[in-house]
Amino acid sequence: MEPSSELSPASGQAIGAPQRRGPRSALTALLRDLRLRVSSGELGALPVVFGLALIWTYFQAQDAHFLTARNLSNLVLQISVSGTIAIGVVLVLLLGEIDLSVGSVAGATAAILGVLTVDDNWPWWAGIVAMLAAGGLIGAFQGLWFAVLRVPSFVVTLAGLLVWLGVQLHVLGDAGTLNVFDARITAIASTFLPDAWGWGLAIVAVIGYAGSRLFEDNQRRRAGMSSRSLPVLVVQTATIAVLLLGAVAVLNSAYGVPTAGVLLFALVAFFDWLARRTTFGRHIYAVGGYAEAARRAGISVIRIRVLVFTLAGGLAAVGGLISTARLQAASTQTGGGTLLLESIAAAVIGGASLFGGRGSVWAALLGALVIGSVSNGLDLVGQPADVKYMVEGAILLLAVTIDAYSRRRLTVTGR
Amino acid sequence: MPETNLQRGDAGGGERAPVPILELTAISKHFGAVEALSEVDFEVYPAEVVALAGDNGAGKSTLLKVIAGTHAPDGGIVRFDGAEVNIGSPRHATQLGIETVYQDLALCDNLDVVANMFLGRESIAAPTALRRLAELDMERRALDVLKQLNVTTIKSVRSPVATLSGGQRQSVAISRAVMWNSKIVLLDEPTAALGVAQTFQVLELIKRLRVRGLGVVLISHNLHDVFEVADRIIVLRLGRRVATFKRDAATPDDVVAAITGARRG
Repeated sequence: MEPSSELSPASGQAIGAPQRRGPRSALTALLRDLRLRVSSGELGALPVVFGLALIWTYFQAQDAHFLTARNLSNLVLQISVSGTIAIGVVLVLLLGEIDLSVGSVAGATAAILGVLTVDDNWPWWAGIVAMLAAGGLIGAFQGLWFAVLRVPSFVVTLAGLLVWLGVQLHVLGDAGTLNVFDARITAIASTFLPDAWGWGLAIVAVIGYAGSRLFEDNQRRRAGMSSRSLPVLVVQTATIAVLLLGAVAVLNSAYGVPTAGVLLFALVAFFDWLARRTTFGRHIYAVGGYAEAARRAGISVIRIRVLVFTLAGGLAAVGGLISTARLQAASTQTGGGTLLLESIAAAVIGGASLFGGRGSVWAALLGALVIGSVSNGLDLVGQPADVKYMVEGAILLLAVTIDAYSRRRLTVTGR
Repeated sequence: MPETNLQRGDAGGGERAPVPILELTAISKHFGAVEALSEVDFEVYPAEVVALAGDNGAGKSTLLKVIAGTHAPDGGIVRFDGAEVNIGSPRHATQLGIETVYQDLALCDNLDVVANMFLGRESIAAPTALRRLAELDMERRALDVLKQLNVTTIKSVRSPVATLSGGQRQSVAISRAVMWNSKIVLLDEPTAALGVAQTFQVLELIKRLRVRGLGVVLISHNLHDVFEVADRIIVLRLGRRVATFKRDAATPDDVVAAITGARRG
């Protein structure tokens, strides 16, 4: 290897990237990577994927309808609301904070959308812009209160939970329910992509992923830095391709890819990029890891905190939008019930640490899939709500325990 | 560095370069009724390691914070590179080229070595509007600095700092401090929590900073470490500068005596 790699023979994202080429060495590298992660407590998405496989196997054994295309299509629609909101929750968790108001914000902004488009005859797009702005403003307000006045985010957003629920009831007034039939709004949750579009998007996503990785590796190689070997890249791209194209194939065999599912996937991919590839994202992780160090490094901790809560509010509003579109109504129930807990549970189950600074935005999607699958499966086998709550609670507890355990492992192996 | 220059500097004990990179004159600082520093003079020359010694409460940390821009002095003059300056904030100190390595190192455990070394000063990839991280550039520059400083024990600059040993973490923090064209590095108890081998590593690193021409200010309770790396030892007691030793012309006993006030140096 090049001289610069003396210091870091194993730089690059993979720990211990192989220098030899060939499928065998790629496999050993992946396995070694895996073992290192497990032993050092950096479990990443592994427990979730494993858990998801377990859940799917179980319910499929219980009821053969579980893994049918129609039910999976339904599942995607079911998780689109909690998954979207969970993206914002993940960002807040990365700061080491919590936002308990996201359910109420979804409800309040849905009420605003309903009143503006139905009662006040605003055009659909103006209503959506207004609801997103309202969500962002609410988030910014709570973020300022927390970051500037130093009131714990737990308390600020708990107060917010009540206040925005009150706003929701107030905005809706006596009617309690506003039917939103505007086809351009309901299309978000009631339409499906034509088969060809589904295939096209999936292929573009896979090519985009492989292309950007190849480009990066090529740049690293040209700069004389260690890079992942080609076989590793091929294995990873193939995995992603199989997952994405498989999902599209299944969904196409029912109604097609749900528009809301595409929206959720696009939002997750975008915010994952934002978190990993931009200075803003880097600073979120820094503030969540050690806020004092971030401050001393010249990062405006207040700015980062306010922005993240603004995003969480905005994403809660998107959740409210999808919910309104699905139920074709904004009601006092929108954003209520178990939505808040499911969103937070999704983020935590997906692997975002409650202690801040660790986790990926993909946690929102994975966690929402877990919670959604359990809920969907228990419905399918005819279990009542009491069992559902207990099982979901147990899974949440398990996820947090794994998080706490791997965190302890990290400090222990902090050698 | 004119190391051969044997002219006496105007400040006490300075026999190195004629012009200090940083010179503090009659600095005072009090917190309420407590006089933390009274009329303290202090100077660092390029390519010199100055140790600040003194008992708890002697004013070492306060002096360090005045230099780092965390505390504004109540009186006195600060000259940096010959020009009078008013170091109003840590950021201003950084802009001048004064870097501080705090005792807690100020590293984010969850971020990798490269991310920590560039924290708050990340390289941006074009187009800059997106504020995308130029990871490749940062990794290369981080590797460069680590290599120049001969920090060879870090296996991967892409592993989280949490997985590093105390000595490695200290090395990362110090390497971060020197990679920004800094002229002075302030080190607060860099070896306090380290074992023998790791202390050796860090002391060697400090010597390499001197070779690079940096002025190093070192606070340490460990006189063995101080005598290992420092060129001069300045002793503070009760907020006053009570003694200055050249390393070769003093013994640890002299320094202890000055610290405790048993004898003036």
